[in-house]
Amino acid sequence: MISKNNEQYSVQEMIQANKNKKSAFNLIEKGVPAFLLLCATVSVATTIGILFTLLSETIGFFQNISLTEFYLGTKWSPWTDHFGVAPLIAGTLLITVIAICVALPIGLAAAIFLSEYASERTRKIIKPILEILAGIPTVVYGFFALTFVSPMLSNIFTDMNIFNALSGGIVVGVMIIPMIASLSEDAMNAVPNSLREGALGLGATKFEVTRRVVMPAAFSGIIASIVLAISRAIGETMIVTIAAGATPNLTIDPTESIQTLTAFIVQGAKGDTSYHSTIYSSIYAVGMTLFVFTLLMNILSQYISRRFKEDY
Amino acid sequence: MNDKVNYSHIKGRVMKNAVVKWIFIMATSVALIFLALLIGRVLSQGVGYLSIDFLKNYPAPYIEEAGLFAGIMGSLAMISITAPVSMILGVCTALYLEEYARDNKFTRFIRVNVQNLAGVPSIVFGLLGLTFFVYLFEMGYTLIAGALTMSLLVLPIIVVAAQEAIRSVPSEIREASIGMGATKWQTIWRIVLPAAIPGILTGSILAFSRAIGETAPLIIVGAATAIYSIPDSLFSKYTVMPMQIYSWTARPQEEWQYVAAAGIIVLLIILLCMNAIAVWIRNKFQKRF
Amino acid sequence: MANKAFSIEDFNLWYGTDQALYQINLDIPKHEITAVIGPSGCGKSTLLKTLNRMTETIPSVQTSGSIEYDGEDIFAKKKMVEELRTRVGMVFQKPNPFPKSIFENVAYGPKIHGIKKKQVLNEVVEKSLKGAAIWDEVHDRLNQNAFGLSGGQQQRVCIARCLAIEPDVILMDEPTSALDPISTLKIEELIKELKKDYTIIIVTHNMQQAARISDNTVFMLNGEMVEFSDTDQLFSNPKDKRTEDYITGRFG
Repeated sequence: MISKNNEQYSVQEMIQANKNKKSAFNLIEKGVPAFLLLCATVSVATTIGILFTLLSETIGFFQNISLTEFYLGTKWSPWTDHFGVAPLIAGTLLITVIAICVALPIGLAAAIFLSEYASERTRKIIKPILEILAGIPTVVYGFFALTFVSPMLSNIFTDMNIFNALSGGIVVGVMIIPMIASLSEDAMNAVPNSLREGALGLGATKFEVTRRVVMPAAFSGIIASIVLAISRAIGETMIVTIAAGATPNLTIDPTESIQTLTAFIVQGAKGDTSYHSTIYSSIYAVGMTLFVFTLLMNILSQYISRRFKEDY
Repeated sequence: MNDKVNYSHIKGRVMKNAVVKWIFIMATSVALIFLALLIGRVLSQGVGYLSIDFLKNYPAPYIEEAGLFAGIMGSLAMISITAPVSMILGVCTALYLEEYARDNKFTRFIRVNVQNLAGVPSIVFGLLGLTFFVYLFEMGYTLIAGALTMSLLVLPIIVVAAQEAIRSVPSEIREASIGMGATKWQTIWRIVLPAAIPGILTGSILAFSRAIGETAPLIIVGAATAIYSIPDSLFSKYTVMPMQIYSWTARPQEEWQYVAAAGIIVLLIILLCMNAIAVWIRNKFQKRF
Repeated sequence: MANKAFSIEDFNLWYGTDQALYQINLDIPKHEITAVIGPSGCGKSTLLKTLNRMTETIPSVQTSGSIEYDGEDIFAKKKMVEELRTRVGMVFQKPNPFPKSIFENVAYGPKIHGIKKKQVLNEVVEKSLKGAAIWDEVHDRLNQNAFGLSGGQQQRVCIARCLAIEPDVILMDEPTSALDPISTLKIEELIKELKKDYTIIIVTHNMQQAARISDNTVFMLNGEMVEFSDTDQLFSNPKDKRTEDYITGRFG
């Protein structure tokens, strides 16, 4: 039993004695939040830095090249002074469309299978394997696209260039499968079982429940995941740099060699472009275009998932 | 009569369900088959070129002599700068947002900002690094410029992971600490952080494995492709594993593909180990509350 | 009343715009057990948490009126809230040990208040665990994680953790509500023992518990203090009709 009265020392007294030392202590209590805030501003500074970087060089670029030439011109050949960005945008869109054609059906099917059909055990095995796909470095995908997918496809399309939009797009599609699968599955899992049971109790099959109950309820989450995946496909760099070629090409033929916005940035930065030359600043103008595209997609995705969030 | 019609109708629906189920299974398998093909292809091409010499050699113009040593050491050097920088910044940001920030406009702005930064293409971070670190701060094409660029790239991932880990520390044990007269920082330092560390580490390791596999921003900030020394200071020239793989892949002669595949095997093994460690930490420490 | 621990006057408390406590006037005596009873949501936990200013962790809380502890205003600007909390300790509803060893749990209080000597800590931990009647059960595994203990043991470790800084007052917020009957009995016996050295204020929704262990009882309803008197008297001869209705089980 504690008896506070007949002991040699009292903890409470020692605490009081230590209180005098607490001035250094106060400094920590006041200083720490300030330091943490300082760290938190780094992320804001990064954003400002990105905007500053892109804007300052882009403005410089548009002093030499007119807006109309950049956005309406149809030839991109910076080393011969042609700065029409349309071929790069076309290349990016071509890759994105191919990628979505691959990733949407497979990703969505995987999400439905995992969330509605698979047993808990199957799910626990398949899901991590799918997520490995998301962890593979893009340079590895690029290698695979160039050395395996392209040669295989050229058996079908015999006159195909070894660098082509198709193999790049397919592999970008595979890369974004886990994104669609996992985010869509989360959205479907969030649909309460009571809704499913209600329909199943009326004699609906699992597929009918999925199509008429789960999918509509999870619709916004699914759309948000697709938009996010599109944004990722637009910004993907290494796969298209390695496999899709370096030929700015205003085409919708996926067997041709093309160049994306990202691939040009790599090409431009790698080559001997001197600091503040027009070609150098064109990298940033292209970067700005890319940044705006992906930012719009991200904001759209956030908007969809917030705006249409179902409350169950 | 009517019953019969209904019955066959149901049968059709059940059939449809079974067919569709198999379509879903097959679609899912396509993704898995792709993964298997990719790994099989890399292994079959690269295993023959794996050797101790491959790990020990610098890049060389001849296949027999080419090695990944500079890349391995460069990646190691880069991550040993990126890891502390991004973790300190990331954890502190998360602590500020979760523990100190009031719910005002500025806080919401930081939150949205972190979320959006995570969606910015990595190559744009490369442009940021090129302007600021390489040119403005006059670091040039050096290790430190690459490592700092990479730190900013993984920062949002770490912030989000750390926020989740901090949020999962139950408020009851914070109250217990504060109720004994502990100050806010004492509570954070002695109770919240130790409890959140496993989650923070798991998220951070996954972020670092992304940094190790990342190529595009490093091309922009000038990582070398062929280099014959390992970095010995912050301002050394450097290369990293994916840069070397990229340069081998980009060579026209087919033999170099095998060297690239060997490099990929090494890279994937390292990433696999990092992920295994992350999963191990998560399983060992999860469900403590 | 020289031997009063807390003296509460005209105290009101709001969560944002919702008022949770209305015009509380109450003198809580020293070295006795005071129970606070009432139906859930009546403000009894809020009142308890106000006494060591734990309500301040919720940003929207506003108060008016005064509370004095030991004759001093607990809200006084120059008073450090940490100091109040070392004098007025708290045991919570759910056992909430830290995810640390039993030793570290109990040594936490002294450590954060700057006591570092290993020998002193050892003695304090032993003394506190003995005081919380759990020493015999855990003395051979002080370095094990406190999460490995049963709920009742965890709660006694939490009480030991509270005793380690030798507070004058221990606030207990339904300390047995998450425990089984046998653990509850042990804790109740412990509380009666602790009365010798500590002022104890215990919130409970269990009227039998209040009747069993307390000297005084406060009955609260809808944020108001309805009745405060000697426990025997409150339960045998309530003055207010509402108190009678509650203790006879008509509502709550």
